[in-house]
Amino acid sequence: MKHNDPQFNRFGNLHHFLTLDGLDKQTLTGILDAAENFTSVNDKSIKNVPLLRGKTVANLFFENSTRTRTAFELAAKRLSADILNIDLVSSSTKKGESLLDTLRVLESLQCDMFIVRHSDSGAAHFIAEHVASTINVVNGGDGQHSHPTQGMLDMFTIRRHKGDFENLRVVIIGDIKHSRVARSDISALRTLGVAEIRVVAPNTLIPEYVEELGVKVYSKLEIALKDADVIMGLRLQNERMNSATVPSMGEFFRTYGLTEDRLKLAKSDAIVMHPGPTNRGVEIAANVADGKQAVILEQVNYGIAVRMAVLSITMGHGEAVREAEMAVSS
Amino acid sequence: MTRYNTEQVGSWLQDMQQSLQHLITDTSGDDSPVAMIGIKTGGVDVGKHLHKSLDLHEPLGELNISFYRDDFSTVGLHPVVGPSQVPFSIDGRHIILVDDVLSTGRTVRAAMNEIFDYGRPSRITLAVLIQRTGHELPIRADIIGQAIDLSDNMHVSLDPSDMSITVSEPNRREPDRREATGEQGL
Repeated sequence: MKHNDPQFNRFGNLHHFLTLDGLDKQTLTGILDAAENFTSVNDKSIKNVPLLRGKTVANLFFENSTRTRTAFELAAKRLSADILNIDLVSSSTKKGESLLDTLRVLESLQCDMFIVRHSDSGAAHFIAEHVASTINVVNGGDGQHSHPTQGMLDMFTIRRHKGDFENLRVVIIGDIKHSRVARSDISALRTLGVAEIRVVAPNTLIPEYVEELGVKVYSKLEIALKDADVIMGLRLQNERMNSATVPSMGEFFRTYGLTEDRLKLAKSDAIVMHPGPTNRGVEIAANVADGKQAVILEQVNYGIAVRMAVLSITMGHGEAVREAEMAVSS
Repeated sequence: MTRYNTEQVGSWLQDMQQSLQHLITDTSGDDSPVAMIGIKTGGVDVGKHLHKSLDLHEPLGELNISFYRDDFSTVGLHPVVGPSQVPFSIDGRHIILVDDVLSTGRTVRAAMNEIFDYGRPSRITLAVLIQRTGHELPIRADIIGQAIDLSDNMHVSLDPSDMSITVSEPNRREPDRREATGEQGL
């Protein structure tokens, strides 16, 4: 399996972090365990650790995202790496420079890692295939495909609150069809072996053949919430309104909004998650988003430790790979 | 293979306790409060024994030094041993830093770097159960349970269940195994 997976190098080390599909339970648990250790970094008066000193990480954002970019930036800084924020939304690609030319330029600047955010599905895979073998690529979200660090920070948040995954019933509400977060979460939840994953949304927001991902589809929120341990909301993008996949924001909230009354149908200790930014009064009621069962801000906080784990695990083998390749070529 | 049983190791620990007790009560003018920190995982095992008998106010601190090691770029992230826990302020404290084996001094260097990221201790005293040969840095222990002369390939391991020590010369030590023991004389 690992030999065909572009995320692993030929020594079996996790070299890129592009998707959670195909990563086994041991790999995911290893990332969560490493992240657990990074949480203590915040206890120190000097919050940096010298692990990635001298490494250069480039944030390649072809799509705007202040939150994700900031979280990666902070994670890299806490690891003492140098970070370049390269705003590609408004720069050279607009001038006609091809993606590959941009990559060559960044390679020649001696970057060690690219964090890629792109509106096209598969962009991070494409870049990983075309960069020098010593460079690590981390997917910061690509199109409707995958957002693996968000998936891992969601798993980390769940594990922090619930311990084991085995007996959990997880409900994901909203725009499953267009959500890379939902896809990554479902993949990780299955690998980590939760008891049940339920998705609930209007038909227009449920992808075809979604059952093949191992989830149960519900159209009525009240039924889906019964006995839930974990409730995950998703952001309803404004463009869904324009493309008429949902009638209106108000209509969506009336049928699928997570309100206090509906939350009572879940287990009393259920946690409420959301990748942010939340649309209050659309996916979630304000008093639920700010309520005591919500762990939305914790997710943001854990996102730093989880990204520190991903950066250091993927970059930890760079030197070994370089040495092995030099040994082969000499 | 040489084995030091619970009794032998126990007597070394007792020697260390006495030296530490002496150090704490007779600090000749230095009255900074004392706290103890063990380096995970072997140093925590040794630290627990010493901490129990010394009647210190603060609980035993635990350091995971894997983010401060100097071999990250060649061997990557080390086996996960749980987060550092220092549930007291380092500032102005006399820290007794405990490890099971002192060899190259690199672990202690990493631990001191981490301690200084928590605060500014008034003093650090290094206590180790075993001091073996193989220094690579100018770091010496203040309190030593037992000094053992060993060739480089010999391997010292502490069994925390009964606090016995095994010194062995594995025929072919797998690199993974070496990392997993966590105290490969670094």
